[in-house]
Amino acid sequence: MTKDKILRVEQLSVTFTGGTKPVRAVDNVDLDVARGEVLALLGESGSGKSVTLRSILRLHNEKRTRIDGRIIADGTDVTLLDGDALSRFRGKTVSMVFQEPMLALDPVYTVGRQINEAIRRHESVSQDTARTRALHLFERVRIPSPERRLDSYPHEMSGGMRQRAMIALALACSPKVLLADEPTTALDATVQVQILLLLRDLQRELGLSMIFVTHDIGVAVEVADRVAVMYAGRIVELGPVRDVLRTPRHPYTVGLLSTRAHGGRLSGNRLPTIPGSPPDLTNLPAGCAFAPRCSSVTESCRTKAPEARAVGAGHTVRCILQHPTVGPK
Amino acid sequence: MSTPILEVVDLIKHFPLATGLLGRAGSAVRAVDGVSFAVQERETLGIVGESGCGKSTTARLLMQLIVPTSGAIRYQGQTVGTKALPLKEFRRQVQMVFQDSYASLNPRLTVEDSIAFAPTVHGVSGDQAVRKARALLDRVGLEPARFAGRYPHELSGGQRQRVNIARALAVEPRVLLLDEAVSALDKSVEAQVLNLLLDLKDEMGLTYLFISHDLEVVRFMSTQVLVMYLGRIAEVGPTEALYTASRHPYTTALLGSLLSMDPDNRRTQAPLAGDPPNPIDPPPGCRFHTRCAYAEPVCSTREPDLGGVGLAHAAACHMAHPGTGHSRAAGRVA
Ligand SMILES: Nc1ncnc2c1ncn2[C@@H]1O[C@H](COP(=O)(O)OP(=O)(O)OP(=O)(O)O)[C@@H](O)[C@H]1O
Ligand SMILES: Nc1ncnc2c1ncn2[C@@H]1O[C@H](COP(=O)(O)OP(=O)(O)OP(=O)(O)O)[C@@H](O)[C@H]1O
Ligand code: SF4
Ligand SMILES: [Mg+2]
Ligand SMILES: [Mg+2]
Repeated sequence: MTKDKILRVEQLSVTFTGGTKPVRAVDNVDLDVARGEVLALLGESGSGKSVTLRSILRLHNEKRTRIDGRIIADGTDVTLLDGDALSRFRGKTVSMVFQEPMLALDPVYTVGRQINEAIRRHESVSQDTARTRALHLFERVRIPSPERRLDSYPHEMSGGMRQRAMIALALACSPKVLLADEPTTALDATVQVQILLLLRDLQRELGLSMIFVTHDIGVAVEVADRVAVMYAGRIVELGPVRDVLRTPRHPYTVGLLSTRAHGGRLSGNRLPTIPGSPPDLTNLPAGCAFAPRCSSVTESCRTKAPEARAVGAGHTVRCILQHPTVGPK
Repeated sequence: MSTPILEVVDLIKHFPLATGLLGRAGSAVRAVDGVSFAVQERETLGIVGESGCGKSTTARLLMQLIVPTSGAIRYQGQTVGTKALPLKEFRRQVQMVFQDSYASLNPRLTVEDSIAFAPTVHGVSGDQAVRKARALLDRVGLEPARFAGRYPHELSGGQRQRVNIARALAVEPRVLLLDEAVSALDKSVEAQVLNLLLDLKDEMGLTYLFISHDLEVVRFMSTQVLVMYLGRIAEVGPTEALYTASRHPYTTALLGSLLSMDPDNRRTQAPLAGDPPNPIDPPPGCRFHTRCAYAEPVCSTREPDLGGVGLAHAAACHMAHPGTGHSRAAGRVA
């Protein structure tokens, strides 16, 4: 089975050691993605979604970060790469669409030039060929007036256009795995649907594998085969999108699904929230990290962190409850 | 009606193109192209529309961060930058939370210092400003003991956005412009921040301009909603009227983009065909006619007026108004 897994993350832990107290941002995460599969990573703000993705590309400052575990991408152990091999790996094997476009795009060069350079860094093609390919990418991600937009600087584009330019940049070298960190968060509703359909097409046509970070279960439903839910650096629930949506088993997942503002909820009313706040990552509670906020908490939850337990085909949960006590409406 | 707290009259912003290559001399991106609206005190005006239609540009014009090509912006009936309303005073009264949370925080300042900075500029003592910064961090759900001393890069995207909200509130503004301020938050934190914004609005009598692409959230937050298309207003009206009885086909398409929430019936089609037209050379007549399912010849020759279709509800579509020559033109509106 492991053969057709293009990406495997095993027992990944990430601790930031630069501050006064170490911050445990990712804690023993196991994930895998098959060829052509889309895995959505869902979870609370600050739960470690971006840090997980950044670890896969080795983007953390390694002097101030302790990383444990193994990451195998397309047969290579990423943790062993360095120098040229690492830069060949980035963009070509695995590439990333960042949460904040301004972090990925260089403000002093036109976006066209940045795509050209990305292509020419990995392949020896002429300027003209690279430009033609960049143009083609811009057309694919549906940037209006693509020819002219190649000559725009990032600040001359609207938020949504920058996001599409970044998707184009990420696809420039035909990666095998695309890590997409909230790629549609900055997009309006009509364009969001277009981009989701586009990513689904690309994924099908190119056999692309994807980890897709989102905080919107609605988005996950549109693109993902499986969903992983993170809380305080751990994966608390993992399963096929249908099962997680219809029969969520972890109380945090249940809470997350019910906080979605929707339909005729009258303005002026308050939205349901999950009471409390996420734990201090410099001082995690001994047991289940969700225990202080959980309405079904028992004594044993506070003493030992629950192991992942199967509750259905390919559906696992880290919670001691045998049955969910509360269901989403 | 009383004097609106914020009023915009025929606002235009054209970004001139660098000449050469493809840009003809004198051509420009018509980012905001004749926009007028008024916001009453304590209202929340939601602004929605396709990416690139000019929402952020409108917000930046309102904040006086960029100079309009023409048009007027008035705060409580006064023009900004005059003796009666110096820019510095305006900046204290009107604050903005930007779309890009990272770019808008100084990477060299701790979170606490970032929030405390503006109040000290406005004459609050250093000690007091820091105390206030911590109280605000607490209110936006970031425990001060844990987060006050961190730098922006040590925060997640959602945490940074909450710092931005706290920073905007630090000078006790009357009006807050929120440009995609909650879109980086997960749904449970988003719900907390939205509840917080509603509380603060009640407590401090705030007025909000709320730019977002999340139509559910806009519906929840706003008293009025303004729909933009390609630099212009397509429709504006009271929230429920607009959501339940939209009169512009673009609004209807936008409202049709809600996600399926059903893995067995995923969306297979985008709600709008075609690409947004080029803002350098917008289509003649109705700007939406190149993508509108109801377009008729009149639509490509005559620009529809933003005329009333109900109480405080207006739409710029020939179908919404009698006598325009569109076969579906409405009868007289009461
Ligand atoms: N360099 C760093 N030093 C210390 N802590 C950090 C650093 N980078 C991230 N963190 C912390 O690690 C945690 C995980 O951050 P991450 O960016 O992965 O969150 P996220 O799940 O992507 O959240 P969001 O949905 O808000 O983007 C956060 O609590 C954040 O404050
Ligand atoms: N400094 C600039 N120079 C040239 N063009 C610009 C500049 N700033 C914005 N534009 C253009 O103006 C138009 C409106 O941009 P704006 O950022 O206001 O859109 P928006 O409605 O906020 O979109 P989004 O939802 O994607 O954030 C876009 O075509 C954009 O490319
Ligand atoms: S004026 Fe014509 S083209 Fe424009 S929205 Fe109305 S029907 Fe469509
Ligand atoms: Mg993130
Ligand atoms: Mg914008």
